Amino acid sequence: MNFKKQLKEGLLTQNPVLVQLLGMCSTMAITTTIFNGLGMGVSVLIILTCSNVVISLLRKIIPDQIRIAAYVVVIAGFVTMVDLLLQAFLPDIAESLGVFIPLIVVNCIILARAESFASKNKVLPAALDGICQGIGYTLVLLVMSAIREFLGSGSLAGQQIFPSEYGVMMLTLPVGGFLTLGCLIALMQWARDKAEKKEGK
Amino acid sequence: MDITSLLSISLGAILVNNFILVQFLGICPFMGVSKKMDTAVGMGFAVIFVMGLASALCYPVNQLLVRLDLEYMQTVAFILVIAALVQFVEMFLKKSIPTLYEALGVYLPLITTNCAVLGVVLLNVQENYNFIESVVYGITGGVGFLLAIVLFASIRERLEFADPPKAFRGFPIALITAGLMALSFMGFSGLSVW
Repeated sequence: MNFKKQLKEGLLTQNPVLVQLLGMCSTMAITTTIFNGLGMGVSVLIILTCSNVVISLLRKIIPDQIRIAAYVVVIAGFVTMVDLLLQAFLPDIAESLGVFIPLIVVNCIILARAESFASKNKVLPAALDGICQGIGYTLVLLVMSAIREFLGSGSLAGQQIFPSEYGVMMLTLPVGGFLTLGCLIALMQWARDKAEKKEGK
Repeated sequence: MDITSLLSISLGAILVNNFILVQFLGICPFMGVSKKMDTAVGMGFAVIFVMGLASALCYPVNQLLVRLDLEYMQTVAFILVIAALVQFVEMFLKKSIPTLYEALGVYLPLITTNCAVLGVVLLNVQENYNFIESVVYGITGGVGFLLAIVLFASIRERLEFADPPKAFRGFPIALITAGLMALSFMGFSGLSVW
């Protein structure tokens, strides 16, 4: 049913990072190792799904004028929960993600999905939307962090593949975030262009 | 509390740890409103203003939370303070300084979701800055934002006439440009005030 379509949108045609260009800050900042990417991706996935469900449940109660403030409070509540859970059970990841965990509050993906999807749809589609968009985001983070970790320091998920002295150190620095994301978005534009031409024929 | 520490905080916030190019805070407005020079300048000044005010305002809020043993409410409290602050500044400017309000226009409400503002407040807490250091860090962080966005806008105006490969047109080439700017800002690392 609809799930397939939503999943395709989340992963490819409406990918939050590569197509909608949302959530840039965290995408570039924390993708230096695969563990960071996975931790951030899963945190956003959980928060996005929970806040989508709650906002969809409350969509008829929240007055229109103060809806943004209300959404932000809901999101901030879930972010605080995830933050505390990470600090308690995965202190290493909490340490390396640092200030970017509380900053999920202002991650535009979550607010954008709340505004454009969860506030207009029933609970079940909203939850599915959260999951699919979250998976799309996680996937981009994984790809980016894999590229940066492998080429930058010669390891993959902590396993050393080639000696780190041969790595392109630049990729693990902020510069690498901009360059990798730029190339990935260019790849996406190229693929979409090709797909459109195919349909045109 | 001496001038040297304030100077080194300012230098760090503007050049060495530039909010956009080194710490990745506030990328959305950086990419979003840097197509034209005048909008970039407007956004830059709005951000300086709000970041300074937010740092000043969140300092007592944080003291209160610490006293009440409610540190875990920081994120929620700060984002509410920032949202209320932006709303309030907007109303105040509309009434008293309409010319500035006109100039800032739509950028004021957008600042609520600028992660540089929440970021600077959270970093103030993390670094244990006192009141004056927090305000200085907020304002100079905003100055760093202004510097980066003005430089970027002037490059981007020229990018309009460039001819990159088709897939790179638009956003990707802008990101790569920003990457090269970040590379040049890395030259400042190690700079410090004694």
